Amino acid sequence: MPELYPDATSLAQSIRNGEVTAKAVVAAALARIAEHNPSLNCFTTVLAEQAMGDADTVDQAIAAGHNPGPLAGVPFGVKDLFDIAGVRTLAGSKINATRSPAAQDATLIQRLKQAGAVLVGAQLMDEYAYGFVTENSHYGPCRNPHDLNRMTGGSSGGSAASVAAGLVPLALGSDTNGSIRVPSALCGIFGLKPTFGRLSRARTYPFVASLDHLGPFTRSVRDSALAFDLMQGPDPADPACTQRPAQLCLPELSKGIDGLRIAIADEYFATNAEPDILTAVEHLGQALGATQRVTIPEAKRARAAAFIITASEGSHLHLDDLRKTPQDFDTATRDRFLAGALIPATWYLQAQRFRAWYRDRVRELFQQVDIILAPTVPCPAPLIGQTTLKLDGVETLLRPNIGLFTQPLSFIGLPIVNVPIQRPGQLPIGMQIIAAPYQEALALRVAAYLESQGLVAAPVPTLP
Amino acid sequence: MNQEPMDYTTYVEQAAAVVGLPIPPEYHQSVVENFERIAAIAQLVMEFPLDDDVEIAPVFEP
Repeated sequence: MPELYPDATSLAQSIRNGEVTAKAVVAAALARIAEHNPSLNCFTTVLAEQAMGDADTVDQAIAAGHNPGPLAGVPFGVKDLFDIAGVRTLAGSKINATRSPAAQDATLIQRLKQAGAVLVGAQLMDEYAYGFVTENSHYGPCRNPHDLNRMTGGSSGGSAASVAAGLVPLALGSDTNGSIRVPSALCGIFGLKPTFGRLSRARTYPFVASLDHLGPFTRSVRDSALAFDLMQGPDPADPACTQRPAQLCLPELSKGIDGLRIAIADEYFATNAEPDILTAVEHLGQALGATQRVTIPEAKRARAAAFIITASEGSHLHLDDLRKTPQDFDTATRDRFLAGALIPATWYLQAQRFRAWYRDRVRELFQQVDIILAPTVPCPAPLIGQTTLKLDGVETLLRPNIGLFTQPLSFIGLPIVNVPIQRPGQLPIGMQIIAAPYQEALALRVAAYLESQGLVAAPVPTLP
Repeated sequence: MNQEPMDYTTYVEQAAAVVGLPIPPEYHQSVVENFERIAAIAQLVMEFPLDDDVEIAPVFEP
């Protein structure tokens, strides 16, 4: 009896072995999207005809005895800031709906398609990725598959929800300050934010060029590793993309955690969260034999600097539209963008110089440890429309603070895996597994170990 | 940076004029409030002493 919601790896194996056709798999995904998207609101565009055509191509390749690729027939979706040939790249906005359709797929879409994967659509996000909630005033809120009254987190909320709900086993999103890790934690799935520059951002709509990363959402660690491996490699079309050769992670997963120095982040990362969240990190830390504590220095200031760079670069990108059509922005982003456009250069420059200082301190930390554990989010998924959050007894604004544990880390481009912690009868939460730059394989090894012990997992909840 | 609490109303008006960014009156109060939040956060960054040799990474290599 095949598993009801196989991961991408096992789905591709079944298709390659001829147990099921790619067309049947893609048709089933499209049917599930049609059934559940009206309530989840995670897809903004569904490419049914194109996807069925691509699935047919995979089936024909198999029939002809050709290698259809490691992701043969696997349906996937992308946050709607990825260019899809022939589709308008909305980036969650109304403004971009007036632009021409994209001429060519984003590099990462091309690489997944080359591996046999089948693109089924584009997914909802906060406008221009400026948010942690995916409550979009133009297109409505995305809903959490674990509780439809709750938010998915953001900004890649549509991508996370689609994977959590079992609509697709794989999706791509972006993470500038936490936008892969926050929604993967709140929706209870795996999310990988690789090292800054590791994956090409070519032909994706930017938010903050200094801080933007792309990465996969999956329901298994091996899928994260496989998708990441297939997408790695230099790309002259993204000036920030590294020239380093690909370092494959999938072959590393079975190496376990022996010899890894694993520590739990204290101070900043051990306060301002609901007690259950910190207990869960401790529990997983014990399972990993993490006895050390480390202090990531000046994490609060790092978050502040990331905030300034984000507001300044993000606003500058949209200056022309802010001048001409401010009324067409999402009400949740408009006034932040307008204010960000007025930031004095000296604040921005100090934030960038601080980034270099802070990177050097954290590099020193990774001389002592290989892996650092920290919570991903301060709380489980809040209700849609909720505006405040109680942290350590203090009522605080929800929107900026959901990312308080993610923002200081993406700021210096560290590779991080969010692992999903399921709690019976309660909403899922997440933990960040943080490695030194370019050590994605170590973070994924730790995630694979926890998965093998049954401590982290991404089962599909029963949808209404 | 100014340590005293500042009224950013005038700053927002004048900086917006300098960069040629008209701010519709109905958004003005909210933009000022957003700028106040940014300014409070920027203070954390600005008060941190950095040696002269700490440079921005022109191509950021983590």
